Amino acid sequence: MAKFMASAPILELRGIEKSFAAVRALRGVDFDLFGGEVHALLGENGAGKSTLIKVVTGAHRPDAGTLTVGGRTFGALEPGAARHLGIACIYQQPALFPDLTVAENIGLRLEGSGSLRRVDWRARERRAAELLSRVDADIPTFAEARSLSMPEQQLVEIACALGAGARILVMDEPTASLTRTEQERLFAVVRELRSAGTGVIYISHRLEEIFALADRVTVLRDGASVGTRAVGEIDEAGLIRMMVGREVNQIYPPSESEAGEVVLSLEGVGCAASGVSGISLEVRAGEVFGLAGLVGAGRTELARILFGVSPADAGTIRMRGEVATIHSPADAIALGIAYVPEDRRQHGVILEMPVEQNATMAVHRTLFPGGWLRPRRERSLAAGFIKSLSIRTSSPAAPAGSLSGGNQQKVSVARWLATKPKLMILDEPTQGVDVGAKSEIHRIVRQMAREGMAVIMISSDLPEILGMSDRIGVMRGGRLTKVLPGSSDAHTVMSAALGQAANGGSS
Amino acid sequence: MKLYFREVSVAVALVVLLGALAIFAPAFYQPQPLLSLLTREMPTLVVACGAALVIITRQIDISVGSMFSVCSVCAGLLAASGWPLVAVLPASVAIGAVMGVFNGALVAGLGLPSIVVTLATMVTLRQSLNLMRQGEFVNLPDGVQWFGLGQFAGQWTIVGAALLVLAALGLGMRHLAVGRFVYAVGSNAEAARLAGVRPRLVTFLVFVLMGALTGLAAMMNIVQSPQVQPLSGAGLELKVIAAVVVGGVAISGGRGNLWGAFAGLLLLACVSPALTHLRIEAYWEKAIQGAIILLAVVADGVRMRKEKS
Repeated sequence: MAKFMASAPILELRGIEKSFAAVRALRGVDFDLFGGEVHALLGENGAGKSTLIKVVTGAHRPDAGTLTVGGRTFGALEPGAARHLGIACIYQQPALFPDLTVAENIGLRLEGSGSLRRVDWRARERRAAELLSRVDADIPTFAEARSLSMPEQQLVEIACALGAGARILVMDEPTASLTRTEQERLFAVVRELRSAGTGVIYISHRLEEIFALADRVTVLRDGASVGTRAVGEIDEAGLIRMMVGREVNQIYPPSESEAGEVVLSLEGVGCAASGVSGISLEVRAGEVFGLAGLVGAGRTELARILFGVSPADAGTIRMRGEVATIHSPADAIALGIAYVPEDRRQHGVILEMPVEQNATMAVHRTLFPGGWLRPRRERSLAAGFIKSLSIRTSSPAAPAGSLSGGNQQKVSVARWLATKPKLMILDEPTQGVDVGAKSEIHRIVRQMAREGMAVIMISSDLPEILGMSDRIGVMRGGRLTKVLPGSSDAHTVMSAALGQAANGGSS
Repeated sequence: MKLYFREVSVAVALVVLLGALAIFAPAFYQPQPLLSLLTREMPTLVVACGAALVIITRQIDISVGSMFSVCSVCAGLLAASGWPLVAVLPASVAIGAVMGVFNGALVAGLGLPSIVVTLATMVTLRQSLNLMRQGEFVNLPDGVQWFGLGQFAGQWTIVGAALLVLAALGLGMRHLAVGRFVYAVGSNAEAARLAGVRPRLVTFLVFVLMGALTGLAAMMNIVQSPQVQPLSGAGLELKVIAAVVVGGVAISGGRGNLWGAFAGLLLLACVSPALTHLRIEAYWEKAIQGAIILLAVVADGVRMRKEKS
């Protein structure tokens, strides 16, 4: 784009190479960033995005290549030097100190060292307030960081970056856990930074964000740059083609199954503690029931009610016509309910345990009657799933933590498929997994429906909801506000999710 | 092999020490003193088995010393009042289990931190015992010592029983579903709960087992002498935690096994007699044991760092 060519780039990477043991993570990557542009970095998981970012922030030392920042050329940066040159990074998970106030957090990052220096509390408050107003954040400086929502914490991080005089801002999947409105606010802040001349490197898995926000996009594949395009010159299909190096035959497998008997029926179900109330719905065998809504609308909370994690205190739950009392996950499992949770590293798998032990975790009672483990049975069950779900692992005995995100998710799914459930609840099953694993998971979900399971799929990815669901339930403020046919369009679902809040900010 | 590196290295250290003794101090291998040494350590072994389970569950129990003292004194008093041994033994186990129920209910039921709960029970039990017994010894009637079997048979009975406990628990942890649940709860209790395991029940049962094993160990201890000391368990908690940690059980839970804890216990136990036989000043014992513990912890730390990177 002409407007950038006039000036020199503020960041220029040439021939960056980096290997970890036998793995070549980066093989000669070129990349440049101009002041006043948002440059998106795109690629499947493992394509080398994080490694490249860590080279920029000084966390990794490249084996070869050069970095030119503001006209000075380096072979490698130290983290301190990178900060000094105006490079700041905002990670997906904000890293604030939860027990300190916003002002203290900002002060810790920005004020000089010297542990015996007297703290000027007034100046600290003033500076924090000023920085927060620059990012348009309505956050009291005396609030404890733990009381802030995720997007508020991100705004504090951005405020820190601004305060440090960042000229180059790296944002690593900043919207992964944001609602639509929050996302829009974040975009507004990013656009403002851009017009102030900051260069932004923006990493995201969501293509529509890239089209909404970025000026240029660079695609990485297998540690090499596939190319850089102006956003106006390329479409979604083209980008996906660059990422995977092949056509992904678009993208959602068609629904083939007929809805059968009613598996789950809810009447006025609620749980005061988790802010969910008055949920009535039916889900049938062989159907994929998509659950849409903003983050915090109560979708995960509903799933946790059904799975007995935070049991219902109102209404009636029926499984296949029988009234069911679900007080614990063990109760839910006995009723044929399975739940693949959102946070797979924390809740989905046990990272230290082998893949095979993770896979059999929920079926001990049936697989090992009498409580004696039978390693051969376990291995053959796990091997079956490794094959049918194409889980990529070095061995069934490898710890789950050694697998990539998408494959961990498949292990988590395998654990629940092993229980042969009647009702499968999937919570954000494709969040943070790469494009290839995503379409494999979609295929697996279809397979579940075909085999007669009732599937409830929670997702914040609207195209996924639209592409996969036979019916779509929309939640807002802890209630199920609408049930729409699967053929609905994005606009209908989104406006149902936003409801009254469509015009105002989120609360 | 790589998986059990820690356990194997402790075992190797033990073998090296025993080998060195065979060369430089063959007197160490006189059968009777050796059997006595082994017998003295068996109560600690039984407690260490329980402590290993507690630590694998990512909890800790520092009240074992006090529980041990309480069980010892109670068992001694029961025996002195004329109860037959076959009744005293289960009574001691039951008294231990009841104290375990108390710890377990507070830790698992109310979700309180185990270090605080067991610190409280440790102090309370010890001081109550002090108050009630005023430091008085319990004289045991004839026929209690060595279970009335005579020293040689009695010692073998104790060693055999302790090894049986070790084998049962060690195999159970590997081959029973509950054993795996213990590891799962220690690795990630919430993930385990979402997989249908009941972490609170598992934790509770582990504490109860800890108490019961302590009661059994107390019994194995009092039959070794004609009197029961009022505070025979003082310092036992540190001894067993040291053995367990040296044996490769991760204090952060979810990792380790009982065989390692056994090797760790033997290694620490051999230090003192080894010093005597090698004619080194006995004052070095604690320093060397401390160094072994430090080495084990450092080895774990280094491994953790490697796994992270």
